[in-house]
Amino acid sequence: MITLFINSLRVSVEKGTTLLEAARFLGFPIPTLCHMDGLSPYGACRLCVVEIGEGPGARLVSSCTYPAEEGLKVRTASSRVVKARKLILELLLASCPQSKVIQDLASAHQVRQVRFRQEHEDCILCGLCVRMCEEQMMAKAIGFHGRGEKRGINTPFNAKSEVCRLCGGCIYVCPACSLRCTYTEPDKAICGGCANLTPPCVDKEKFDDMMCYMEPCVACEIKKD
Amino acid sequence: MPADKVPASVNKGKTGMGELISILEEIQAKYSYLPEDVLRQVAEETGRSLVDIYGVATFYRAFSLVPRGKHLISVCLGTACHVRGGPAVAREIQSQLGIKPGQTTPDREFTLETVNCLGACALGPVIVVDGHYFPGVKTSMVKGILQQARTGLDRVEVETDQRIFPLEVSCARCNHSLMDARHVIDGYPPVRVTVSFGNKHGWMLLSSLYGSHEVSMEYEIPPDTIVHMFCPHCHAELIGGAKCGECSAPMVPMIVRGGGVVQICSRRGCKGHMLDLGGVTLD
Repeated sequence: MITLFINSLRVSVEKGTTLLEAARFLGFPIPTLCHMDGLSPYGACRLCVVEIGEGPGARLVSSCTYPAEEGLKVRTASSRVVKARKLILELLLASCPQSKVIQDLASAHQVRQVRFRQEHEDCILCGLCVRMCEEQMMAKAIGFHGRGEKRGINTPFNAKSEVCRLCGGCIYVCPACSLRCTYTEPDKAICGGCANLTPPCVDKEKFDDMMCYMEPCVACEIKKD
Repeated sequence: MPADKVPASVNKGKTGMGELISILEEIQAKYSYLPEDVLRQVAEETGRSLVDIYGVATFYRAFSLVPRGKHLISVCLGTACHVRGGPAVAREIQSQLGIKPGQTTPDREFTLETVNCLGACALGPVIVVDGHYFPGVKTSMVKGILQQARTGLDRVEVETDQRIFPLEVSCARCNHSLMDARHVIDGYPPVRVTVSFGNKHGWMLLSSLYGSHEVSMEYEIPPDTIVHMFCPHCHAELIGGAKCGECSAPMVPMIVRGGGVVQICSRRGCKGHMLDLGGVTLD
């Protein structure tokens, strides 16, 4: 067992437990975006930052990937952590302003304005869909490609994958997919994304009424009348 | 799908990420790009998922998924070259070739790419064509450089006889010719590489006659030593994933002008070599 201090509270956890799990065990809320139970930790979104150590040696680490250490002093909501988290949310919001998940997180953390140019990306590269496809659906149909600003997620050669079963798991976990589903006009929202990897909502002229394959749509949670 | 598209070095079910890169390097050296069907076959034979292979192939700049031209032009757009007029040179090349950076001309002659620094800032604006540096390039010089590249920047004429065939080879990485016109072995210009073994590091000249094992070198290499060979121009190690069929030492690949790969054994004294002229393999 490893004993550490989270916000000055002593806690003993099994070896290999992450700081996020230890903090949640004590009931300290840490926001996460790219973390999901059942998927391996990835540390992409950095929303779960916590401050470890003391004095000038204190630093920010992502709690979902940092394993508990003996005697470690962790602060989950110090002013430095809160400031960093708000900036991260602001950046996420700038790249994906239409995402309901990010909007909710931003609102919960008092992010009232975005000082960055809005990019309207359809992906924040959190890797949830890639891990979902590999670890839960055992398919490995999609993956990262490219590097730097050209990094993205798709099937190899951007073609229909032979191993994809169209399970819709990737769309289900995607925090940015509300953008695809509601397009920019929420009242015209349609979604075939759950059963179709190329959502017809992208081509919205063809589908002016709701044409969802799932009821209710697991991705956009809109009920068909 | 013919089975010989993937290099023989692909070892079934035993490929770490590093081995995958050397397999891809070999394919890239053979075809000058990574064809989709070959990558699919690599996935099949190594048992890795295509997603991983595609991810690695798109991550590195050294790999290309589209066919590359015979001549590679790299235009430096680093800070120093940028202020000295690099973008104007890049625009001039683009308009002369009618392609954008990253593209290849339809006749497969030129591939244009922009790089962010070549480490030769004092020479700026600098462009590199097939491993040759052109310093202080002006837009008026572009036409001449392209013409020079078309006729061959490092052309070493090897007169051929009907019965024997000397090979002209170049580096798989920088495309620079490895022929050395200043020396003669077996009556022909030899292949010049840099070798290193132990703590020795020196030049070596290999006869360009296929089948001849005449060499001349700076330091005598003890028999049975496995040496590392490097390109004397870009200093990259000449290495693929293949192993010698006779002694299983690593093979050293070189690109044959006109297409194909010649591989020689890196062990001193071993006569293992292989010539692959795109489909036809001679041992």
